[in-house]
Amino acid sequence: MSAQPEAKPPQVPQQQAQQAQQKQESSLSRKLNEMRTRLNVPVNVKVESERRATIEVDKSNLPAVAMALRSIGFDHVKTVTAIDYPETETFEVLYHVSSYTDFELAKTIVTLRTKVSYKDPTLPSLYPVWESAWTGERETYEMFGVRFEGHPDLRRLFLDEDFEGVYPMRKSYKVKTEGLFVDRPA
Amino acid sequence: MTAQPNVFTMDTTQIDIIPIEGELNVGPQHPGSGHMRIYVKLNGDIMEKAELDVGYVHRSVEKLAEVRNYMHLIPLVERPAILDSIHMNLGYILALEKIMGVDVPDRAQYLRSLAAEINRIASHLYGTGILAVFIGHSTGFMWGFGDREVWVEVLQALTGARVTNSYIVPGGVRRDLTPAIKEMIEKAIRYQRKRIPEWKRIFLNNPNIRARLENVGVMSKEQAIAWGAVGPNLRGSGVYYDVRKFEPYAAYDRLDFEIPVYKEGDAYARVHVRFDEIEESIKIIEQIIKEIPQGNILSDRFFKQIPPTRLKKHYETHGKIVFPGYYASFRPPKGEAISRVEAARGELVFYLNSDGSPKPYRLRMITPSYRTIYVFEQLAKGARYADLVAIYGSLDYFPPEADR
Repeated sequence: MSAQPEAKPPQVPQQQAQQAQQKQESSLSRKLNEMRTRLNVPVNVKVESERRATIEVDKSNLPAVAMALRSIGFDHVKTVTAIDYPETETFEVLYHVSSYTDFELAKTIVTLRTKVSYKDPTLPSLYPVWESAWTGERETYEMFGVRFEGHPDLRRLFLDEDFEGVYPMRKSYKVKTEGLFVDRPA
Repeated sequence: MTAQPNVFTMDTTQIDIIPIEGELNVGPQHPGSGHMRIYVKLNGDIMEKAELDVGYVHRSVEKLAEVRNYMHLIPLVERPAILDSIHMNLGYILALEKIMGVDVPDRAQYLRSLAAEINRIASHLYGTGILAVFIGHSTGFMWGFGDREVWVEVLQALTGARVTNSYIVPGGVRRDLTPAIKEMIEKAIRYQRKRIPEWKRIFLNNPNIRARLENVGVMSKEQAIAWGAVGPNLRGSGVYYDVRKFEPYAAYDRLDFEIPVYKEGDAYARVHVRFDEIEESIKIIEQIIKEIPQGNILSDRFFKQIPPTRLKKHYETHGKIVFPGYYASFRPPKGEAISRVEAARGELVFYLNSDGSPKPYRLRMITPSYRTIYVFEQLAKGARYADLVAIYGSLDYFPPEADR
């Protein structure tokens, strides 16, 4: 095959095409809505595209939502990310979860977001739900000082002993930078 | 001659049986492909626990990202895995392009796939070489690094650098494919095709290698999913998952290739996945060479900003892009993006959060080796000490990539 434009999809009646589109798009949102109706806890589900969705949840309800997500087929955690917001004195903790077993869900990444305050930077660990959160939670503890209650091995991971009690990924930890010098031809 | 007293008979009742339990440090002086310490707790020659003491090559990419402009971050995100730098570069740029909303021309998409597949072959050969020398097969080490050289030279011709290529920029790629490079790639393909049967004879079907790898470090499908394994390790355990199929990026939705999956889950299966992937990558490269569309290699939005005199001097004569001034400190809109690519060692995830300033508010880089840390610890538990290296090598764990 040489460089040809892609073959056009066969003509289908517009309505049918729309339905097909809706069906395709809604597979993620349908599953998430099903999950939401079965849960008794308030969650804020936002489906951004057919491949991405965000679920905002209070930290006390985090394990319940995680269990529900696992029961509909989300079987592993890709990342555990914390973000520091000094203005509001909160950390936002994000779990990006997806699936290996369910081929439809494997196309998606769902972000599970929750917030913890500076005063009480603890939240329940999701290790009992997803073992794959192990490394991410340990690193987040080390870098931000966010404690994951119930993590079996919550110790520091990457950094030296010098960083004991110092949480370098917080915005209050400043990196010293040097200026940038550019040599210009005279 | 009088009879010598037999010094070799010993009264066995007097021997103290010393319980052979204890701890052992493997590393941190470069136990293989980077600095890392493995803290092993032994009972006899069974490892009760193997703890990875990571962080010897920590570069704090995520913290430094807060003080670098978006463009200046490209060389930094490549550093963790210099031998797989095209993928690191690509994953970051994909996340950035999602925030910026840039369209990439077709030719650039194909070139991205081309560079990525060349890098995949190089990286797999490197990984196989490391595994070979771990288990005492020094020929495999020499061959792995020797064959990798061919692909690294191709990358150099295409991108200008052997490793840390910084080839992929927002909106496209830096250099175009020339007929001379095409010829070079065809030659490399012919060479590699010839070499694969030789590799099979001396390495894959070698009874010594099979004895060291078969039924070693067995990971079941359920374990692989629960531990969050990635890449060839996951596919060696019977899970069909490859980002190139599930969320196609670059030109992969237009290319025809298979995903090798083995269900055995042992070290031998993981090596087989890598070898099959080399063959698939060669197929992909052949298709790209044949089908690559004509056109520009940088998005019009940026291409228009390059001054005509510089275009004539660099692009029209050498097929090289000169950066428009826009790149120096652009401010992408507020927003966040998650991107994933299938790097050589597995899935690479970037999470990028922009607050509208020229520097990212938060960059999260999750490399395949990072996700292998937990898999490694779990697999080594209960294995024989002699198999530690076979497990390490077969997982293709790369410490700098894990530490970032």
